[in-house]
Amino acid sequence: MKVLVPVKRVIDYNVKVRVKADGSGVDLANVKMSMNPFDEIAVEEAIRLKEAGKAEEVVAVSIGVKQAQETLRTALAMGADRAILVVAADDVHHDIEPLAVAKILAKVVEEEQPGLILCGKQAIDNDMNATGQMLSALLGWSQGTFASELDIDGDSAVVTREVDGGLQTIKVKMPAIVTVDLRLNEPRYASLPNIMKAKKKPLDEKTADDYGVDVTPRLEIVKTSEPVARAAGIMVGSVDELVAKLKEAGAV
Amino acid sequence: MQFGLTEEQEMIVSTVRSFVENEIYPHEDLVERTGEVPPDVAERIKQKTIELGFYACNFPENVGGAGLGHLEFALVERELGRGSMALNHFFGRPQNILMACKGDQIDRYLLPAVRGERMDALAMTEPGAGSDVRGMKCSAVRDGGDWVLNGTKHFISGADHADFVIVFVATGEDMTPRGPKKRITTFLVDRGTPGFTIRDGYKSVSHRGYKNMILEFDDCRLPDAQVLGEVDGGFAVMNEWLYATRITVATMCVGRARRVFDMALNYAAQREQFGQPIGKFQGVSFQIADMITEIDAADLLTLAAADRLDKGLPANREIASAKLYASEMLARVTDTAIQIHGGMGLMDDYPLERFWRDARVERIWDGTSEIQRHIISRDLLRPLGA
Ligand SMILES: Cc1cc2nc3c(=O)[nH]c(=O)nc-3n(C[C@H](O)[C@H](O)[C@H](O)COP(=O)(O)OP(=O)(O)OC[C@H]3O[C@@H](n4cnc5c(N)ncnc54)[C@H](O)[C@@H]3O)c2cc1C
Ligand SMILES: Cc1cc2nc3c(=O)[nH]c(=O)nc-3n(C[C@H](O)[C@H](O)[C@H](O)COP(=O)(O)OP(=O)(O)OC[C@H]3O[C@@H](n4cnc5c(N)ncnc54)[C@H](O)[C@@H]3O)c2cc1C
Repeated sequence: MKVLVPVKRVIDYNVKVRVKADGSGVDLANVKMSMNPFDEIAVEEAIRLKEAGKAEEVVAVSIGVKQAQETLRTALAMGADRAILVVAADDVHHDIEPLAVAKILAKVVEEEQPGLILCGKQAIDNDMNATGQMLSALLGWSQGTFASELDIDGDSAVVTREVDGGLQTIKVKMPAIVTVDLRLNEPRYASLPNIMKAKKKPLDEKTADDYGVDVTPRLEIVKTSEPVARAAGIMVGSVDELVAKLKEAGAV
Repeated sequence: MQFGLTEEQEMIVSTVRSFVENEIYPHEDLVERTGEVPPDVAERIKQKTIELGFYACNFPENVGGAGLGHLEFALVERELGRGSMALNHFFGRPQNILMACKGDQIDRYLLPAVRGERMDALAMTEPGAGSDVRGMKCSAVRDGGDWVLNGTKHFISGADHADFVIVFVATGEDMTPRGPKKRITTFLVDRGTPGFTIRDGYKSVSHRGYKNMILEFDDCRLPDAQVLGEVDGGFAVMNEWLYATRITVATMCVGRARRVFDMALNYAAQREQFGQPIGKFQGVSFQIADMITEIDAADLLTLAAADRLDKGLPANREIASAKLYASEMLARVTDTAIQIHGGMGLMDDYPLERFWRDARVERIWDGTSEIQRHIISRDLLRPLGA
């Protein structure tokens, strides 16, 4: 089985996000970028499947600016076998929307014929949480979202999903799309030998045009603003005072 | 001249950085409070480093290392420099002087050191011989086919964890026009060899938990098989391998300075006095500007020196400049960072006072600032006959 893992290059989770002065978005100029943490978990899971003999090949794919190549190299250094870069934008501030990403991925799937697609449940930059679901609809494949556990059982995938009320375990027919949540695994560090090998692994470069997908934005960003600053806390002297204050604030 | 790192180098940096943040930082407070590294923590760091293929990454591939060049190794050390010396000692980088091993020394010392099975320490300094290494009193004399060692070494880092020590001792004296000059030989001495004792040294305020020990040799008998390199060839061994440890000091200073800088920068942006962030006062903002300028300068100076080594160019002076500048830069940066934090900077609730203490030794070990200035100036003046 081949596993396809889409990975997105996003603002590093340690970076303090700043909104551009004109409110058109987040300032990404000269900011550290890394692989979306949920995608890292997806890459890790794919490599574990390979190590467990349940997958033969792990292919990472990224859609965005040319620099997403670095993100793919990270996936290769973690252990992916090869990578596909689809250049679809020449400005980091041009975010490719989930539908366009899903359409391109659908074409990649046509070419690659993977048995499983593992992707992050969402990207930490715009938190869309849509690509996996849209791809599932476009392909007509089963989906298991928010996975905190994954087991491949013959031609089915058993997915434990983190839902509001607790955990839900479902069995889906493969080929399938599984979007991964935070607790699925702890991604490994890239080992030094794998870092050195990453450069020699194949990385194909394509464009959105190669797949005939129009990536023109369909959504208009009206305004981006900083979250409201949290008000300072207060110190309370006793439980009684705490309860009184909470009542005052209408919290209990 | 080429600036910028390759993708591999960037990945090496980010991997070691994450490793230090996740595997080293969480244990730092404990080591700082107790002055000890818990054995299980040490073992875990070592095992993880081995798994990641970073253990002994400064050694060539044909002996089981990762074959990193000087520049790449400097990048690894730079990121390690952010973390506690006591803890990152177990992210093992054995002395590359072990490449001088010959015959069965390779199986007894070099390979086990690279595999992380046996740890080393290196001993030159004596109570009476610091900067003046050749002034050493520790000596070995022939007795039958053996050598008999006597004398004391002190300030020997990592000897508490060492399975063997690489020791420099005097094995004779030559008369030269400038007076008598000691001949020096390098020995490999196993812990537990009769006549060899490793005992607790002084308590250093820099790098708590990274202990320095006292070694005593009392009629310690060693066969010829323990000589590393040639008899009387100790200086050749030193010159061939030891320059690189000064790059390590320089680059670790850069890494540590960047960690401290981030704290100072964030504090300056958040701390308000007189109704605004203190970073808005020119007195503070200009300090920030000077700090980052010096850090970047030290970084480039150090990487450029490492790059010269990779290219096989003479680099003695450049390495000395990097070690001198980076260690003095770190002293200024840690001091300024405390200043920016005001009184809180001095309190041991914050890690800043630790970095300030830790910075102090960097101007002393691996050749004091004065010795570096000596090396730099001799390199320039000697060709002119001065
Ligand atoms: C924590 C710690 C760990 C160490 N670990 C090791 C180790 O693992 N192995 C090891 O072998 N050594 C180790 N050392 C020793 C270290 O390398 C020496 O401390 C250093 O070389 C200086 O020697 P010294 O302390 O005897 O000072 P001295 O040489 O006595 O110097 C005293 C002062 O005189 C100055 N001075 C000396 N000569 C000159 C000159 N010619 N011109 C101008 N000024 C001069 C020095 O710069 C210094 O300011 C360690 C030291 C410390 C503090
Ligand atoms: C050991 C110790 C004992 C003490 N004992 C006492 C005591 O007994 N009684 C008491 O009342 N206090 C005491 N203090 C408090 C001491 O006086 C303050 O620490 C000092 O005034 C600095 O204030 P701060 O620490 O809040 O730093 P901050 O005022 O927050 O200063 C932080 C940094 O910002 C800079 N800065 C602030 N404003 C400006 C500006 N306008 N322009 C340029 N730079 C600026 C400062 O110079 C400093 O570098 C003590 C402090 C210590 C460390």
